[in-house]
Amino acid sequence: MRSRVLVSAAVVALVSLVSACGGSGGGEQQQAAGQSAAPDAGVEVTMWTRAATQAQSERLVQAYNASHKNQVKLTVIPTDNYQPRVAAAAGAGQLPDIFASDVVFVPNYTSQGLFMDITDRVAALPFKDSLAPSHMKLGTMEGKNYTLPHTLDLSVWFWNKDLYEKAGLDPEKGPTSLKEFAEQATAVDEKLGKDGKVSGTFFGGNCGGCYVFTFWPSVWAAGGQTLNPEGTESLNDKSPMTDVFAIYRGLFEKGVTGATTKEEQGPTWTGFFPKGEIGVMPMPSTTLGSMPADMKIGVAPIAGPDGGESTFVGGDSVGISSTSKNADAAWDFLSWSVSDEAQVEVMAKNKDVLARVDLANNKYSAEDPRVVLINSLVGKGQTPMALKFGESFNDPQGPFLRLAREAIFGDAAKVTELNAAINASLQS
Amino acid sequence: MTTLTRPRGRAARGGSSAAAAPPPWWRRQGAQGWLYAGPTALIVVVLFLAPLVLVGWMSLNRWPLLGEAKLNVPANYTKIADNPLFADAVWFTLKYTVIITVVLSLFALGLALLVQERRPGVGFFRTAFFLPGAVGFAAAALLFYGMLNSDFGPIDPILRTLGIIDEPVSWIGTPNMALFSTITLVLWRFAGFNMLILLTGLQAIPVAVYEAARTDGASRWVIFRRITLPLLRPTIALMLIMSITGSLLAFDQFFIFTNGGPDNSTVSMVMVIYRDAFLRFDLGGAAALSVVLLIALVALNALQMRVLRRPE
Repeated sequence: MRSRVLVSAAVVALVSLVSACGGSGGGEQQQAAGQSAAPDAGVEVTMWTRAATQAQSERLVQAYNASHKNQVKLTVIPTDNYQPRVAAAAGAGQLPDIFASDVVFVPNYTSQGLFMDITDRVAALPFKDSLAPSHMKLGTMEGKNYTLPHTLDLSVWFWNKDLYEKAGLDPEKGPTSLKEFAEQATAVDEKLGKDGKVSGTFFGGNCGGCYVFTFWPSVWAAGGQTLNPEGTESLNDKSPMTDVFAIYRGLFEKGVTGATTKEEQGPTWTGFFPKGEIGVMPMPSTTLGSMPADMKIGVAPIAGPDGGESTFVGGDSVGISSTSKNADAAWDFLSWSVSDEAQVEVMAKNKDVLARVDLANNKYSAEDPRVVLINSLVGKGQTPMALKFGESFNDPQGPFLRLAREAIFGDAAKVTELNAAINASLQS
Repeated sequence: MTTLTRPRGRAARGGSSAAAAPPPWWRRQGAQGWLYAGPTALIVVVLFLAPLVLVGWMSLNRWPLLGEAKLNVPANYTKIADNPLFADAVWFTLKYTVIITVVLSLFALGLALLVQERRPGVGFFRTAFFLPGAVGFAAAALLFYGMLNSDFGPIDPILRTLGIIDEPVSWIGTPNMALFSTITLVLWRFAGFNMLILLTGLQAIPVAVYEAARTDGASRWVIFRRITLPLLRPTIALMLIMSITGSLLAFDQFFIFTNGGPDNSTVSMVMVIYRDAFLRFDLGGAAALSVVLLIALVALNALQMRVLRRPE
């Protein structure tokens, strides 16, 4: 058994040892990459992405591979393991040529030197000013660009029109405020939830990333903030965040939320709505295209307690790793992925949100007003920025999850004390 | 052993040839010993000593993912005291270790005594008890996660059908239930293996000793207390050392099954090391925690060996 800890230690040690070698060679590799020949010369480029945005990445890669000599070899890694895999690979100097990242982790990766500086390449794009602003902001450090938007995943409210009709609600009228959201969820639960198969609403109650993705837009819609602009101070102990927590707490206490809401750790939080078990709930926009074809779904922007609208502009950014030897070929794929062709014929065709605001109205989006609505939210939503975002908010052992759970399921009076722990984490 | 005896034999048989020319270096006693030990020594150096030295060195440095390490003695060690998650994890891991060691040992001993004697059908039960040990621990943790899920797991519906519960049970929703469910998982997975260890000890006890005791009129309880337990002492010591060390290094069951929750109530020490290294990218800090844990484990094992070693 003692050998187990030593083997673990060996992994950490060896990964880090190699990191020293890999790190020192980075500059030379970058230089070599700049000297490579034609960008589409039949090079195999490796790429990693996380499972959460797998479908979009696969579609882009397939379309690129079908029309180019270069071939992108995509590896999909389980979302929960993505950060450790990137860390281990970086330490061992074995990062792929291209890797996508949850947009909120990008500042940390950039500060660790994992992404290559692509400022000049981005500047040469004719549509550079139309790239999703939130993603571009988080991929920029000290005036230099490191990433491009890859997939956009916005949080919106989905409501089940059939359940609304059965519950006596207007199926064409979704909530326009968080209070209305609570009323409609309660109505569905009271009318249809007696046998326990249908619930008014659902959220990931034991998942930090789910909370920030689905609750924070209500704060922004109410004109508030959850972080200071520098990302070093948490405002989660203040109104309107506390008002938002109180409304969800009320729903939980009344039993309007699904049976496993409190325990939901994240992997299955979007699985209940497509089964027709939930009246209204916050959902990722990327799931719209994969909903059952016969399900009538309404989409509304996330609102604050009394109205307004906002969204968490999430999803992935993508960059070239600083140790890549195929930077030109990698850039050929990246620049193609944000081109008109890829954005309209691959992303828009599958009802995905576009990485460019100038293409929001296109021949496919016009077919579905819900897609137009989602695309229109890109400019209204926010993507919070903090160097220590992951360990403070997403990490199951991070301080934010405890705060959110106390606010909703436990002792709400502890919120101020727990917010201090978030500040300590953000400033560490 | 051949290595040691062969040169002596050669010298005894033909002293004149030995005097004429010294054997080549690979035939010499010392060299042959080194050659035999070489492969193992290499593995020990590469997989044990080198990483150990590296972890020690890392713990003295600020060690980024990419780039140069920078000496920062003793910051990685002093900041351990400011890590409330680690302090809670130490307490929780110790609590878990005590509970699981006691429960697992008693359970395994009970199973071993049940299947100790050769009777018809005992082979089936031995196999059945041991079988969960053949399942990978990570897979077992995932299996329990699915089985106990109140949305799609089969346990809740079965218990409801039997009338044992009325409402869905939150198996990992509260700290106590999460610990209870994890202990059940570990028992299921490891009881059979520990039973096997104890069974080898039980079967090493000579039957004649039991027969003599029975002839003297000793009751079953007296036989168990005065004969079985004392003679089983070395085996129990081995099981305890493995159980305690394994529990202090617990990771899979909490990482996969409870994810440290709810509310950080099931975070083990190794989970904190993992978090610092791979989520916070603080490799130096994680190395310092590893060194502290290693020293504690070595000290604890030495203490256990001293206490449990049978007096000669």
